[in-house]
Amino acid sequence: MTDITADAGGAAPLEPGGSLGPLGPAGGTVAVAVPTAAVPRAVWRLLLRRPTFLIGAVIIVFWVVCAIFGHAIAPFNPLAQQLLFNNTAPSGAHWFGTDTLGRDVLSRVVVGSRDILIVTPLATILGTILGTALGLAMGYLGGAFDLIVGRIVEAVLALPAVIIAFLFIVALGPSKTTLIIVIGLIFTPLIARTVRAAVLTERNLDYLSSARLLGERPLRIMFREILPNIMPAILVEFTVRLGYAVFAVATLSFLGFGVQPPTPDWGADIAADYSGLLAGYWWQVLFPALAIASLVIAVNLITDSIEQVLSS
Amino acid sequence: MSETDSGEDRALVVSHMDVSYKVRGQDRRALRDVSFSIGRGESYGLVGESGSGKSTVALALVKYLPRNGRVSAGTVRINGQDPLGMGQGDLRELRAKTVSMVYQEPGRALNPSIRVGRQIAEVFGVAGQSSEEATASAQDMLRKVQISDPARVMRRYPHELSGGMAQRVVIAMALAVSPSLLILDEPTTALDATVEAEVLDLVAALRQEFDTSVLFISHNLAVIAKMCDRVGVLYAGELVEEGPARQVFDNPRHPYTVGLLRCIPRRGQRKDRDRLDTIPGFLPTPGHHLTGCIFAPRCALAQDRCRTEDPPFFDVSELRTSRCFFHEQAPELPRATPSSLAALATDGIGGPLVTVEKLSKTFAGGVQALAGVDLEVHRGETLGLVGESGSGKTTLARVLLGLTVADQGSVITLEGKPLSPDARRRPRETLRALQIVFQNPDSALNRRHTVRSLISRPLTRLAGLSGTALRDRLAELIASVRLEDRHLPLRPGQLSGGLKQRVAIARAFGARPEVVVCDEPTSALDVSVQAAILNLLADLQQQEHATYLFISHDLGLVRYLSDRIVVLYLGRVMEVGPAETVFTGPHHPYTEALFSAVPSLDGQRPDRIKLEGEIPSAADPPGGCVFHTRCPRRLSTGVCESTEPPLLEGEPGHLIRCHIPLTELRTIQLSESAPSQGGTH
Repeated sequence: MTDITADAGGAAPLEPGGSLGPLGPAGGTVAVAVPTAAVPRAVWRLLLRRPTFLIGAVIIVFWVVCAIFGHAIAPFNPLAQQLLFNNTAPSGAHWFGTDTLGRDVLSRVVVGSRDILIVTPLATILGTILGTALGLAMGYLGGAFDLIVGRIVEAVLALPAVIIAFLFIVALGPSKTTLIIVIGLIFTPLIARTVRAAVLTERNLDYLSSARLLGERPLRIMFREILPNIMPAILVEFTVRLGYAVFAVATLSFLGFGVQPPTPDWGADIAADYSGLLAGYWWQVLFPALAIASLVIAVNLITDSIEQVLSS
Repeated sequence: MSETDSGEDRALVVSHMDVSYKVRGQDRRALRDVSFSIGRGESYGLVGESGSGKSTVALALVKYLPRNGRVSAGTVRINGQDPLGMGQGDLRELRAKTVSMVYQEPGRALNPSIRVGRQIAEVFGVAGQSSEEATASAQDMLRKVQISDPARVMRRYPHELSGGMAQRVVIAMALAVSPSLLILDEPTTALDATVEAEVLDLVAALRQEFDTSVLFISHNLAVIAKMCDRVGVLYAGELVEEGPARQVFDNPRHPYTVGLLRCIPRRGQRKDRDRLDTIPGFLPTPGHHLTGCIFAPRCALAQDRCRTEDPPFFDVSELRTSRCFFHEQAPELPRATPSSLAALATDGIGGPLVTVEKLSKTFAGGVQALAGVDLEVHRGETLGLVGESGSGKTTLARVLLGLTVADQGSVITLEGKPLSPDARRRPRETLRALQIVFQNPDSALNRRHTVRSLISRPLTRLAGLSGTALRDRLAELIASVRLEDRHLPLRPGQLSGGLKQRVAIARAFGARPEVVVCDEPTSALDVSVQAAILNLLADLQQQEHATYLFISHDLGLVRYLSDRIVVLYLGRVMEVGPAETVFTGPHHPYTEALFSAVPSLDGQRPDRIKLEGEIPSAADPPGGCVFHTRCPRRLSTGVCESTEPPLLEGEPGHLIRCHIPLTELRTIQLSESAPSQGGTH
């Protein structure tokens, strides 16, 4: 029995006095008279109160704006070569300097956000959908299915992700779609594992027994009964993976498996110019690298905030 | 409290204490003007429902309130010292030497990574003993809490101890420093009745030995009645009545206490004759202070004066106080629920509806939760299922429903037709016929679904209703469980415990089942809520002609509701019979021990039959009669150890699994309940 030790400002709806309400019709026991839609709204309100969330959100909004309106914002045409002015250091005209072909680094960074911002979320969404379906099935069906799929998942996880990625890209040919599929598939077993663990904690709850006593089909039990209850865990997993996806996309572009030159892209640009580091052209690498870092950090700031708000 | 002790000669004096919690920037008062005191060697009980603030009292006394809580007024004196004004160092000293606390969950009071012996020795170490001395003292202390093999227990880790054993260890640690005040907060709530009885006896004995004052906090009135000299009744953060325990419970003088006591089924009360009374309305939200008496909105005696004026403490008698203007009329509080049932249409009890034969269930690791259970559930009856935890009650229910698949060779039939052991293979019609109300509605209701969808689902799925028929049945259902339309769009998290359980009941009854299994349906609820749910179950049984399989550890409830009773021990039926026969006896020695372990409000039993030890592991049940290891009436001939007795019908409908013939059991048990208390063997 817990007494009313009032929760220190938690998000949980405060029930007056824990358990009240005997006698029937008198009963006004709506603990907190919130409409049902107010649960996510309360989460939003808590999120917006966190500075870390706000900082992360501002950075992401900035890059989204760059991705959409990049060409309009960029001071120069990111493809325009000025061979006479190549490798110039940051200056009033070129804030981030120019690259080996004399293209404006600032403009390339701004416009280069587009592909990574398309590929990253789509790949993560793909991985989350597949991973959730697989994890639900493993966790709920259990038994032989869980055992066999579980071993396969472990085997896949044991291989270095980059090797798998190469394999697919070589087979399918480098393109944005390939990148999305490859990263999505690499994330699938990771997300499946997290979802499976979340399902296992739900599996012992009596509402699943009730559903079985109503003769509900496994698919409905998985998607209508369990899934809504593990959404918070999936949301956190999604944002964590989003951060990794930024890295993965940048890495694969760096290795030449993503967006092909001359289209501006952070990873590809670093790859094209990193030899210039030895000659002291640090700006050609630093600014795209900072762009990648800022995006990863922003995603992680948001992830942390969501995790903390959901767990409070 | 009218006493004005300086506090030096009393173990604890609390005067006019207010406690409030800061919630979202606002102060919410959890306790208001609480005053009581505990004399040296006295045992004081604090009783109240959840939300009454009783745990807050315990936390406030030793300054353990959470960060958002504070004592906003009043004073506390422990042995004349003021804990509230103490700095960290003095406070640690006080907690180490003067006050000890024991909480509900022993598992959480012990460090899981340190061996038990070292944890206890540590307490003596803090008190200044050398490590050898401390180990020796720890061993002594364990012996004092009646642990027979202290050296072995000391080498164990907390997770290797059973709940009862762990609680003894916690008590040993609490008493290690001979505290002058011991605070026990629901110390036995997580334990079985038989283990609870042992722990309570132990606390009572140690209190004598150590001359410790005890503050005993519990929601269980019977436990308080058994353990305490004086009692204070807490309601919504206010002490409403105080006095010697026996007097308060026999002749309550505050309408809340009166109402609370009427919520509990007493010996002799039956569901078909006497309805339980309930307390109308709800506990006020913490922080919402009403002018006048805090209980007035729920009180049938309330007059205008109660709503405008704060009642002072009235001296009812020399030792008793009640915070009620009408404390003289309190015993005549009008009932909130009529006592007799209107138009009692007893259909009577029919023939066998569900039968099980040779029902067994073995879990991985050879744990045999059920071992060849034969049982009949008759149409229209309530079959009560009792036994300690680990006896197989819940497994039996789950196997019956097909949620747990029984071993090969088990037979379950419904109306003569055999059922598949797996619910997934049962046709809709069978699923409809067998439903369940789970113990914990938080776990049983999907927290993401609305009340409407939770209740409608069985109607569409099992009863095949849609359109107007669905809407009509839904309306009928929510009316019969006394929910309202405005509850339909809500989710379980927005409802109180009692309302949630009503939703669960509505769902179970939705498709008009033949048998409803009630697995501890009220054990997560407060006493006053429980009464309303029990009345509801009794009403629904009549309305819907349902058959109940009622599982409970609370024998009072089982006696009140059941027509027949089954006693399980280690997955075997030890006794079956009509409820009154089983309760009045002669009964199986296990049943006898189980009943005598339960504290009762109806006066103390002269001599408790003690059960030795704890329920053996079902993976390795004792040979012969499985109960022989703990049986107080074991025969000296050795037959109990060698042969398992059959379940024999000693009198019509009453079967007992015991080597001692029924007639002999009758003579033994009658002679013991007589005042002479003749000790057999």
